[in-house]
Formats: sequence, structure tokens, C-alpha cells
Amino acid sequence: MASTVQFDLVSPERRLASFPATEVQIPGAMGDLTAMEGHAATITSLRPGVLRVVGSEGTKAYIVTGGFAEISATGVSVLAEQAVPLDELTPAALDALVADACEAAAVNSDKDAADKAVADLYAMRAAAGI
Amino acid sequence: MPSLKDLKNKIASVKNTRKITKAMQMVSAAKLRRAQDAAEAARPFAERMTAVMSALAAGVGTGEGAPKLLAGNGRDQVHLLVVMTSERGLCGGFNSSIVKLARVRANELVAQGKTVKILTVGKKGREQLKRDWGHTFVGHVDLSEVKRVGYANAQNIAREAMAAFENGEADVVTIFYNRFQSVISQIPTEQQIIPAKFEAAGATALYDYEPSEEAILADLLPRGVATQIFTALLENGASEQGARMSAMDNATRNAGDMIAKYTTVYNRSRQAAITKELIEIISGAEAL
Repeated sequence: MASTVQFDLVSPERRLASFPATEVQIPGAMGDLTAMEGHAATITSLRPGVLRVVGSEGTKAYIVTGGFAEISATGVSVLAEQAVPLDELTPAALDALVADACEAAAVNSDKDAADKAVADLYAMRAAAGI
Repeated sequence: MPSLKDLKNKIASVKNTRKITKAMQMVSAAKLRRAQDAAEAARPFAERMTAVMSALAAGVGTGEGAPKLLAGNGRDQVHLLVVMTSERGLCGGFNSSIVKLARVRANELVAQGKTVKILTVGKKGREQLKRDWGHTFVGHVDLSEVKRVGYANAQNIAREAMAAFENGEADVVTIFYNRFQSVISQIPTEQQIIPAKFEAAGATALYDYEPSEEAILADLLPRGVATQIFTALLENGASEQGARMSAMDNATRNAGDMIAKYTTVYNRSRQAAITKELIEIISGAEAL
């Protein structure tokens, strides 16, 4: 039995998940990272992507858009602006996300960042296999 | 003295009113539970967010180069007041108490020579403020179509407030809402959201930041504004239902009292009429 960290996934509206996990793969703003027990305390912001959590009941995947993750040696809390379990995600919901991002990109003054968000979403869609 | 028929009608009408207020009270009780649950569910996110942001803010400081949303734009001339009220009435002093607080604040600011702008959320507050402060209105957010307040609603309000701040149309943004304490007590609260204010963070663990502290803070601050507004909206929602519940409870009780009073009057006049008839019959019989 591998040692575990306490994993929490919270969105503004509710707490989506809270259970011990052996590893958490986080889509960080600077690249993916995997947090396991004893990870150095880190705070990273998120890019839109797939969050994978390996727990005792197998791997769970969530789609997250922006937010941040707080990693300590014993726990990982992900505060996502929007989070949807991957198996509940419908293509329509994903399309809505993409449309939102495109809309935001159209008015955002920071063109690079906005384009990156849209590109991230397309990458996420590919990763999600929808 | 009203006639018997009048009294009867009156009693029937008050009974109908009591039925309605009773029903409204029960509906509010159910909605209050839901609103409280929503507020409860949103708490972990808001708390974590605030904790991380105050740690970051303490690290970055408000000096040169700090994000504008944190340090302000160096002026405090134009104040944007976001007044959050309900879309529906019949909730006791709920709306008046928020409006009263906002008015006091607005008067203070004007007395200090500042410019006041008002953004209203919920139409009840707008109606109450229109007379004195209508010229300062810069916008209105209509939530009457919204069944359940979501984070997206808060984001929209936040976006409007931040746009005003970024375009230099407002220097300080404050929100007004009712904090839910209990069913009978809601506390009108004002909270400054831009520039963000944090309580001094205690000793925090040392973290690695990815990307940099500043970048994360710049990314988080807009979300922080939205989160604060979201929390306020939820608190307001719970307060509204609480206020309505106690207002309707009072109304139901008053209606009950009224019915009891009118029933006494009704019975008394009925008895008087019977006695009068009896006397007439008896005196008629004696006269024979």
C-alpha cells in the first residue's frame, strides 16, 4: 500500500471530492506536475486541463479550468474555478467552455494569455478524447 | 357598529390572508435551507482562497509594481457602491436596512467631496434608491430570472466592477449586503473589494510558487473579487429568505390575532341581536 495524501477538490459552489490519494496529476500553468506524499510545499496556478487522481478506487479524472492548487507534504487541495468529473462531461458542455473562452479572448487585452487559454481548452478536449 | 355580514366577510378575508402568509413562510423556510446549504458549500473555497491570497499579498506587499487590484490606483476619488438587494418584496426590513447603510455611506462620501457611483443588484434596492441617488446609477444587474445564484452570476458582477476600475471610472469598489446570522438577525455589511483588503496573515508555511508569487497573485485577485461577490450573494440569499420567513411568521400571527378579535366582536353582536329579539318577543307577549 503506497502512502497517501489527502486530496480535496473544491469549486466555488461546492466541494467535489475529498479522499486520500496516492498521486495527483495537476495541469499546472507551467506544465503538468504530479504530487505525491512528501512533495515540497507548492502553490501553482492551473491551466485548463485534465486533473487525474489515483486513489484506492482507481483513477478519477476531472476537467478543471483556472484556479490554483495548494500542495503540501500531506495534502493536495485544488481550488478550481470550474470542475467537472470527466465521465459527466458532455461534448455540449465542453463546447460551451470553449465558446466562453473564445468570447473572453475576443475582449481580453492580453491577447497571448487569452489565446493560450483557448489553445489549452482544445488540448484538453483532445486529452479527454471527446 | 359594523353589521354581522360585514364582520363575517372581514373574518373570511383575513383568514385568506393568513393562509397566504403561512404558505409564504413555509416556502421561505424551505428556500432558506437550500440557501444556507449553498452558503455552507461555498465556504471552503472562499476560506482557502482568502488564506492563500492574504499570504501572497503579505509577501508581495503594496509597494511599487504591486497589482492594481491589491494596491489600488493611488486615488480614492470615485467610489463605486455595489448595493445588493432582493428581487422580491415582503421580506420585512431586509432591503431597507441595506439601502439605509448604503445611503449613510454615500452621504458621508459626498460630504467628503468624493464622487459616488452606484451599481444595483436586485430591483428592490434600485427602487428605493432611485429617488435620491438615481443620478448616480451606473448600472443594474437583474437577477430576477435566476433561480439559483451561481458563480457565473458573481463573475458577471465582478467583471463589471473590475472594468469600471480598470477604465478609471471607479477608484474604490465597496459591496453592500446582508450577512446572515440567524433567521431573526441579518447584519447589513459593507465590504471593500477593490483595492482588496486582507487581514494580516499569520505565520504561513513556506511555499514554492509556480509561476512566480506575483503572477499567481495577479491571476488570483480577479477570482478573489468574484469569490467575495459570490459569498455576498449567497449570504444575501440566505438573509432574504430568513427575513421573509420571520416577516411572514409575524404576519401570520397578526392575522391570527385579528381573526380572534373580529370573531369576539362577531359573536357578541350576534348574541346582542338574539337578546334583542327575545326581549321584543317577551315584551310583545306581556302586552297581550
